[in-house]
Formats: sequence, C-alpha cells, structure tokens
Amino acid sequence: MKQGKSSIFQRKILIDAFQGSFARLNPLKLLNNPVMLIVEIGAIITTILTIYNIFISENFLFNLQITIWLWFTVIFANFAEAIAESQGKARAESLKQTRTDALANKIRADGSIEEVSALTLKKDDLVWIKEGEIIPSDGDIIEGTALVDESAITGESAPVVRESGGDKCGVTGGTKLLSGEIKVKITVDPGETFLDNMIGMVESAKRQKTPNERALEILLLGLTTVFLAVVITLPAFSNYMGISISIPILIALLVCLMPTTIGALLPAIGIAGMDRLLQHNVIALSGRAVEASGDVSVVLLDKTGTITLGNRMATEFIPMEGVELKNLMEAALMSSLADETPEGRSIVKLVKKELKVKGKDIHPSDKSHFIPFTPETCMSGVDIGDKKIRKGSSEAIKKFIENNGGIATSEIKTLVEQVSVKGDTPLVVADFDQVLGVIRLKDIVKEGIKNRLIQLRHMGIKSIMITGDNPLTAASIAAEAGVDDFSAEAKPETKLEMIRNYQSGDNQYLVAMIGDGTNDAPALAQADVAVAMSAGTSAAREAANMVDLDSSPSKLLDIVEIGKEILITRGALTTFSVANDVAKYFAIVPAIFAIVYPQLNVLNIMGLSSPASAVLSAVIFNAIVIPLLIPLALRGVKFRSTSSVSKLLGMNLLIYGAGGLIIPFAGIKLIDVIITFLGGA
Amino acid sequence: MNILDLIFIVIFILITVLLAVPLAKYMSRVFSGEKTFMTPILLPIERFIYRLIGADENKEMNWKQYAYALVIFNIIAIIFVFILQLIQGYLPLNPEGFPGVRWDTALNTAISFVTNTNWQSYAGETTMSYLTQMLGLAVQNFLSAAVGIATLLVLIRGFTRKNTNKLGNFWVDITRTILYILLPLSIILALILASQGVVQTFDPYVTAQTLEGANQTIPLGPAASQISIKMLGSNGGGFFNVNSAHPFENPTPVSNVFETLAILLIPISLVFTFGYMIKNFKQGLAIFAIMTTLFAVGMGIAFWSESQPNPILEKIGVSGDNLEGKEVRFGVGPSVLWGVSTTTVSNGGVNSMHDSLMPLTGLVYMFNICTGEVIYGGLGVGLIGMLFYVILTMFIAGLMIGRTPEFLGKKLGPQEMVLAIIPIILPHVAILSMAALAIASPDGLSGLNNPSSHGLSEIIYAFLSFVGNNGSAFAGLSVNTVFYNLFGGLGMLIGRFATIIPAIALAGLLAQKGKVPTSSASFPTTGPLFVILVVAVVILIGALTFFPVFTLGPILDHLFLQGGIITG
Repeated sequence: MKQGKSSIFQRKILIDAFQGSFARLNPLKLLNNPVMLIVEIGAIITTILTIYNIFISENFLFNLQITIWLWFTVIFANFAEAIAESQGKARAESLKQTRTDALANKIRADGSIEEVSALTLKKDDLVWIKEGEIIPSDGDIIEGTALVDESAITGESAPVVRESGGDKCGVTGGTKLLSGEIKVKITVDPGETFLDNMIGMVESAKRQKTPNERALEILLLGLTTVFLAVVITLPAFSNYMGISISIPILIALLVCLMPTTIGALLPAIGIAGMDRLLQHNVIALSGRAVEASGDVSVVLLDKTGTITLGNRMATEFIPMEGVELKNLMEAALMSSLADETPEGRSIVKLVKKELKVKGKDIHPSDKSHFIPFTPETCMSGVDIGDKKIRKGSSEAIKKFIENNGGIATSEIKTLVEQVSVKGDTPLVVADFDQVLGVIRLKDIVKEGIKNRLIQLRHMGIKSIMITGDNPLTAASIAAEAGVDDFSAEAKPETKLEMIRNYQSGDNQYLVAMIGDGTNDAPALAQADVAVAMSAGTSAAREAANMVDLDSSPSKLLDIVEIGKEILITRGALTTFSVANDVAKYFAIVPAIFAIVYPQLNVLNIMGLSSPASAVLSAVIFNAIVIPLLIPLALRGVKFRSTSSVSKLLGMNLLIYGAGGLIIPFAGIKLIDVIITFLGGA
Repeated sequence: MNILDLIFIVIFILITVLLAVPLAKYMSRVFSGEKTFMTPILLPIERFIYRLIGADENKEMNWKQYAYALVIFNIIAIIFVFILQLIQGYLPLNPEGFPGVRWDTALNTAISFVTNTNWQSYAGETTMSYLTQMLGLAVQNFLSAAVGIATLLVLIRGFTRKNTNKLGNFWVDITRTILYILLPLSIILALILASQGVVQTFDPYVTAQTLEGANQTIPLGPAASQISIKMLGSNGGGFFNVNSAHPFENPTPVSNVFETLAILLIPISLVFTFGYMIKNFKQGLAIFAIMTTLFAVGMGIAFWSESQPNPILEKIGVSGDNLEGKEVRFGVGPSVLWGVSTTTVSNGGVNSMHDSLMPLTGLVYMFNICTGEVIYGGLGVGLIGMLFYVILTMFIAGLMIGRTPEFLGKKLGPQEMVLAIIPIILPHVAILSMAALAIASPDGLSGLNNPSSHGLSEIIYAFLSFVGNNGSAFAGLSVNTVFYNLFGGLGMLIGRFATIIPAIALAGLLAQKGKVPTSSASFPTTGPLFVILVVAVVILIGALTFFPVFTLGPILDHLFLQGGIITG
C-alpha cells in the first residue's frame, strides 16, 4: 500500500470524485446525511422560485446566485465524501487485480491433484503450492517452508519466511511464493478472504457509522432543528415589525446557520481515517475499534518479538579467576563457530568485536568436531584434538566436568548467580575438566521501544509486558524497556484473564492487545482493540479487529494516533462550524432588517456594502469553506503529544474555536469586496 | 453609577456564598441519608410520613419507576389545585367571598405552580381565597421545589453509581427535601419577614379612608409564610399582584436583602452539594465558577445600563439613574441585583417592573432565561440544565483531545447525546414557535400594550418565562386570556418535563454503565479552560438561537431609545 506519498489530488481520483459528487445529488442517497439533505431541499426550492421569477420576468439575478451557491454547497459536500471514497477505491482496484484468476492445485481426498480456480476454494481444502505460484487463498502451512513475497498486500518488497508449525504459518491469498514448496490448508470460504475483506473495507461498502459518529450526528441534527425553528418563525416576528423577508433569503440564512461544514465533511473524515490506517499498513476491520483505540488506557504486549528482539545475545565474557579473558573468548569462539543458533552467532560476533578481528581470519580447524546442542545434554561444543570445549547451562556443565574428574567450585555458582540476578542467562564455558568462565546472554530490548513506550505513557496508556519468563528475568527486561508493569510466568489463559479484569473491575479500562499466536486468539477476541500480525496464524487474525500488515508491534502507537486524529478532526470541524455562525449572523441579520430599520446598521460591523451582497457573501463563504477544508478532513488534524491534554485542547480551541469566530468575518468581508468590485448582486 | 450599590452587591454575593457552603454540606448529608443535627427531631416525623403514604424507604426505584411516580404525583397535584380554585367559593377561609376562578386561569395557575413556574395570570388579592393561596399554591411551592431537587439527586446518583438500575426512592427524596431543608429554612425566613412587617393574618381586608376621602381596600392575608417559600424554592408566585414590590410582601430594604438572599441561597448551595455528593468538591467549584462568570457579566451590563439616564427623559431635564418602575425604598442596585437573580435562578418574583427597564437590562434578563436558567438556576433543574451543557461541552472537548467523550468517568454515546440535546433544543423550539404564533395572531396581539420592538420584547419575554419556568412577567401584556392561559400552560409543561424526564432517563442510562478511570489523557474538568469552554457553549448554543429575535426586540428598542425615537 505504500505508493509513495499518495497525493489527495491525483487526476483519476479527482475525476472519479467529481462524477461521484453529482451522482450523490439523488436525495435518496443523502438520506443518511440529513444536514445536506435539507440544504438540497433548500436549493430545490430556490431553483423553483428562480424559474418562476424568470417566467414572470421579475428580477431573478439575486435568487439565481443564491440558488447556484446552494447547489455548490451540496456538490462540495458530496465531493468531499466522494474523494475520500475514490482514494479507497483506487487502492481496491489494484488489490482486485491480484485476486483475479489465480489457479490452485487442489489436493483431492485420494491424494491426486486437480487444477481449480482459486475462487472456488473452500475452507479446509488442501492445496499444493509450488515455487513462483500465487498463493490462491488464505490458509495455514501444514507442510514445508516458504519464502513469500507479500508486497501485493503490504507493499514491503523484502520477502518473508513462512513455515509450518508455530506462529508463522499463515499465508495470505494474492501473495507470491518465491521459493520452496508448501502444502496449505485453506482457512476461509470464497469471498471471505483477507483480500476480500480488505477490498470491502477500502471500498467502504461495509462501512457503518460508529457510535461516536452517530452521537455527533445527533448533535448536528439538534442544531439543525433549532435553526429550522429560528428561520421558520422569523417571518412572524419580522412581519410584526413591518419587514418582509423573501424565501430565498430565509433559506440562505438557514443554510448558513446549519452546521453544514461539519455535516459535509463528517463522512469523509471517517473514510479518510480508515484510509490513513491503510497507508500505515494496518487494516481496520471495524471503525468502532479505530475510535476505541484513542481511548485505550492499557496495552498488553507480548515480550518476545514485541519488546525484545526475540533472541538472546551474548554481551559479556566473565572469566574464572586465573583464566585469561582471551582464553575464555577463544574457547567460546571455537565452540560457536559451527553453531548456527542465534545465541551461537551472537557469541562469534561479540568475540570478533572484542578482539577486533575480521570474519575471514577465523576458520574452524580441520581437526575439529562439532557437537550440536540437544535438549538432553543442554550443551553444545567442539572437540579439537584433546580439547573438549563445551558451553551450556551451569547444571549441564557441572555434570560434564565432574564426569571428566573436575570439581565444580563455588566460584562458578557465584558467577552464575551474578548473571541471573540481573535477569540474564548465564552460559558456562568449560574445557574438559576446567570451567573457563561464563558468557552473559542477554534478551535484547528492541531499539526505540523505550521511546515508544514513553510516548504511550504520555498518551495516558499503561503498558503491560506479558512473558513466560521467570519473574527475575521479566523484571529486568521490564525495567530496561520501561514498561509500567509485567506479568511473569504467564500462561495463555493469563492474558485473557488479565484483559477481563481490566475491563470489568471497579475502573473499566479499554484494553489493547497485540498478538500473533493461536494461543493469543481468545485474548484478542476479548480485547477492545486487537491487533493481529499479518504473519500470525489465521486464528489470531480472525479474532482481531485490526491486522498489521508489517507485523510490527509498535504499530499500536500509529493506530492510537490515527484513532485520536479522527476524533480530533471531528471535534475541530464541529467547533469551527458552530463558531462560524456568529459572523454569519452579523452578516445576514443586519442585512435583512436594516432596510426598514437603518439603526440596525450598527450591527453591520463588517461594513458589508449592500444587503444583497451581505447575504450572498455569507452563502458563498459557507459553500467554499467546504472544499477548502477537504484536505484537512482527509489528512486529519495532527495529534500532537503535548505535555498535557489541557494544552492540546487549548491549542485546538485557539485554532478552530477562535479561528472559527474570526476567519468568517474576514472571509465574508473579502467576498463582499470582490462581489462589489465585480458589480454583482 | 452608585459605588455604594456596587460594594453592596459584591458583599452580598460573598455572604451568600459563605452561607451556601455549610448549607451544601448539610444538604449532602441529608440527601445521603446520613445523620445531621436535625435528625433526632425530624426522624420520627419522617418515619410517620412514610407510614402514612405507604412508602418503603429502603426500596429504590429504577428510572422508569421514578419518572412514573414523579409524573403521577404532578398530575394529581395539577388536578387538585385546578379543582380547588374552581370550587373555592364554597370553601372556608374566603373572607372576601371570591367566586371560583375561571377555568382557563385555574388551569394555567395549577400548571404554573406545579411546574415551579409561578406565572400569575391572575391578581392574587382579587382572585384567590386564603385557602387556595395556602392549600393550593403554598403547598405546591414546597412540592415543586422538592421535585426539582429530587430530579437533581437522581442525576447525581446516575453519575456516582455504576452497574445498577437503582436510582433512589422518589417519596423519600421529596420528603427529606421538604422536612429537613425547605421547611426549617422557610420558617426562619417567615419569622424574619414578619418582623419586617410582612403581613400574616387570616383577617379580612381592611378598608381605609384616604386623605382625599376616598375608600381604599387594603388586602391582607397569610403572606409571610407563603413568601418565604416563594423566595427559597425558586417559585416566585407573589401573594399580591405586584409581587415583592408590594409593601406588605417586601416592606423594607432589610426584608429585600433577605428575600434576595433566599432567591440565591439554595440554588448556589446545590452546586456545592453536587460537589460534595460526587466526592469532588472542585468539580462543584468549577461549575460554580461558570455560573458566577455568566452572572457577573449579566449583572455588570444590567447595573451599568440601569445607572444611565433615559435619553428621552434627559431631553426634558430628568437625569440620573433609570428609576422608572423601581421602588424608591430599594433603588437601582438592589432592584437590578434582584432582577438578575430572579431571572438566572428561575425564581420569577419581582421587586421592580421589568417593562420599565432599559432595553439592554431587559436583554440581559432575557438572556438569563433563554439559556435555560442554568446560571445557578431553579431548584435542582438549574444545575441539571447546566449539566446538560457540560455534557455537550465535554462531547466537543473530548473529541478535540482525541478521546471518545466522557464526563465524571461516564462515557457519552449517542443515547446520552439525545437526552442532553432534547432539554436544550426543545424549549427553544417551543419558545420561538409559540411566540411567533402569538405575534402573528389577533388573540396574541390583543393584550399587547406597546407597539414595535418593545411590544415584541413583551411577547417573547412572556414565552421565555413560560417555557423557562421562570414566572416573572415583563408586563405590558394582558395575559389572562384563554389564548395565553392555554399556550402558557403548554409552554410551562414543555419547559418543565423536557428537562425532568430526560434527566431521569439519562440518570438511568449513566447508572447502568461502569466508570472509566481518569488518567493523564482525560481532560481535567475542574480547570479554568473547562470553565471558559462551558461559558462559551452556554452563550453559543443557549443564546445564539435568539439573536434575530433579540435584534428586533431589545436591541432595536435600545437603538430607538438612544436615537430618541418614541415608538409608542
């Protein structure tokens, strides 16, 4: 989905949106946007009146101009929604191309292979996928290892490894198998694949109004009702005072007072928000979850893969007394040269770094015989001639040297404890009957995670690390990463239990959870905001309400920010819209009353040139402010993580509240000057 | 402008607040059913009342049951007061032998007193018997005030409770309110007023011979007892027609001070009670700050405006403050203080004639009412109205900080929004529609004394007062007609129940929810920003609706006056 910086105003999107904004003039399509429906009804009435004016050859110019601008108001509003949708559609188009006409090698019950269309694959079907083929549907690998190019859905060109068993067995339809052969069990029925969901989401066909959107609409409807009452009752009061007001002016007043700005942009804000998530490679399967993410106050993070890199790394060599550091390092190096485990490689790397040697200078001796790690022995090592170097857990090494006639001194125990007390894992190195020293293996906290957690805390979100480690190790990593709390020796049920407790206790927190494994699925289903890694199992993806295509756990921050931005944009534009009414009142009210009562010209503080141009200026301002704000609605008001929410609110109020009061005064005046200059009205 | 008046006003407000805080503490204990120094004396009476009306004090109601009890209670009260007026001619304690009240007046009056409006389309001393005044009107002064407070208690419980549908017991709430708060305070005030010369007697009216030799009838009656609760309970229905401008209703500057204090005391106190009951005194303080800001601005404009000479009178050599329609024993300061208080608090009692105010002062009074009387406001309902504005504000503020909106730990969703919007919107729609109907119909215009913008002010004020349940009159409009009695009655019912029913329903909704914890990401609702924001919302949402009408009414009236144009 990373198409560079996708501009809002790409040509094709613009054309699409332009057509869309006329298609939406159908009143039935406006039924779900009552504010704009009323504007359209007003436009229809003024149109009829203008035609009537022409028919009986009255002066129709003023009414015609009002009519035109009222139609523009509706079209601009439609354009805002259409452009947001077109952006999504453009993305959907490119996705659809990957979906069409892939073929699949379906494995029949008798084991024979049949070539079928990918679109016919059903849940629990088995398929055989070969190198270079497109993966036909979503499923879990049950046999084999594969290198998959997922750029079609993630936009990430680096291929990823997927293998049977474990938490990285999920493959997605539409992606390409670069190498390897795999047997996949399909996990979805046709039309329900990840790709289908994604297309559905971006096409916003399934978009439902979120609770917050509905609440805001109720507010807008309330304001509209009261302004309708103002305008409908106004002729009674003005007639009593001997003023008659024409229907087009009343409609102009109504449209200016109604919250048309936010009414026009509200649908676009929601759609654009989903789209922004997509740009961050996150697919939201529910708009409600996106909004809820702005409210999340607790987030559960799996330690491995989220907070730490997932593999322990050697960080220090601690020699026994009387053993030279260099000897220890050499022995560690020897024992690890042929060791392909991440720990082994990290030892080699550390030695090279410490001794400042280049990789090429080191070769395993020809006479050496590598002994791999087995769960039974709990150690690995190398035999070079009479040298028998082993590294392993302190228990295993103790047994090893005692077998060889050595004695395990208390010093070893001290060293080992010294390492474990800090939450690290000690790896003891021995040569035949003598312990050389200890290697400190450390769980490496991901770079930048601490910073991100601090940002989370700034947003008022508490982070909780979940790990199967012992409390000592967990505490040490928790402290290093800067999480607020941790739960050690956690079983899969622990996560579910924790989420439930947070949600239903005395204080009801909204909980976010990031997970990838099948055992995370229940917890994901329970969490308010559940983000599954796209590399995760299909069970996890199904239980979640968002899927992160990059499988990057720190994505939660982006999600929270976008969730907040959607809400802020709504609030800001509502404030702006309501604050605008003050200036519009000051433009229109003196204009319609001062003809009879010139005293009321004191209220014409903008000094608008004539009553007609005053009304027209207000209507024009009201219309053109919509397209001017479309970019803001689509981009969203930036969420700034300031030191306090009061500051954030104060700043937004200053921009959109005070701005909303002042800008229309200037804008209406400017339009009035232009109209007067052009000699119109 | 009289500096002494200004100092008096400031000191008066300070003293009122100092008295309101301890009263608030006492009230919060009463409402929570805790022991107070009054408990030993009143508990037996309280128990006796429960036995009498068959109420189980430990059985709490859900919102529907509570609303049902309240509505039935009010319907019975309206019917009772209505019939009492119709048949007063056959009943005792009627020394002047007044006949039954006309049906439309009786209906209007019944609704008026039950809804805590106390609009009076009749003149008390020429219409109502002593029995009607006492058993009908004075009793409703107590009951309607208690109903308002009970509704507030329900809403507070909605905010403080969680995961329950139990919201308290209506009968317990009104019994405690009357027994522990309204009765003791009104007895104290009645004694003070009687000491100042407010009449309290069952004797018939006295006929006196004036210096010119004419006969003058001097009305009397059990006034002190009724006036004390009229002031305390945000009622405002006077014993005599000219209300607290009458020398027997408000004889001295001292009685005036106590009556003004009584207008403000409980409404201000309830704001602090709210703070105590939600265990967040600062929240109460913040809401008090919102109200006081709006009060002070209105007070400032009104006081300045009344201290100006009338430009038209100035031309013929009359200078000084605008004393027209004011009692000289009170003067400008206390008259304006009363006026601002009575319109903010939904009291509706008057001690000067609002029709004679400078137009800008009239505008301030109308602004106070059109916000929904949420500046301190009527007993219970005023604070409820302000809480509706707060909910609206928190909705916008919540969005602007990127959280789905919440207040006091309760999330505000679509349903809460509906229930907060109706009480703000519906009265506005009702006021505008009914006033428009009146001004466009011969029935509505027939009673109007003034033409042009002043006449418009008179009509719009009348409907503001009906729907706002204020009860004060701008006067200059003869309202004892079938048209005004019926529309007025309808307006009062809409104004009252469009607040009370949504408030109880909202409480039901809120109480069922759990509480979300406040964190550093929640917007602090006790700070200055909160205060400014709510003030802005009250002005924008509450008053913007009336901008066109106010322009044609008081604003144009003001411009006429300044331009020396006489319209009438």
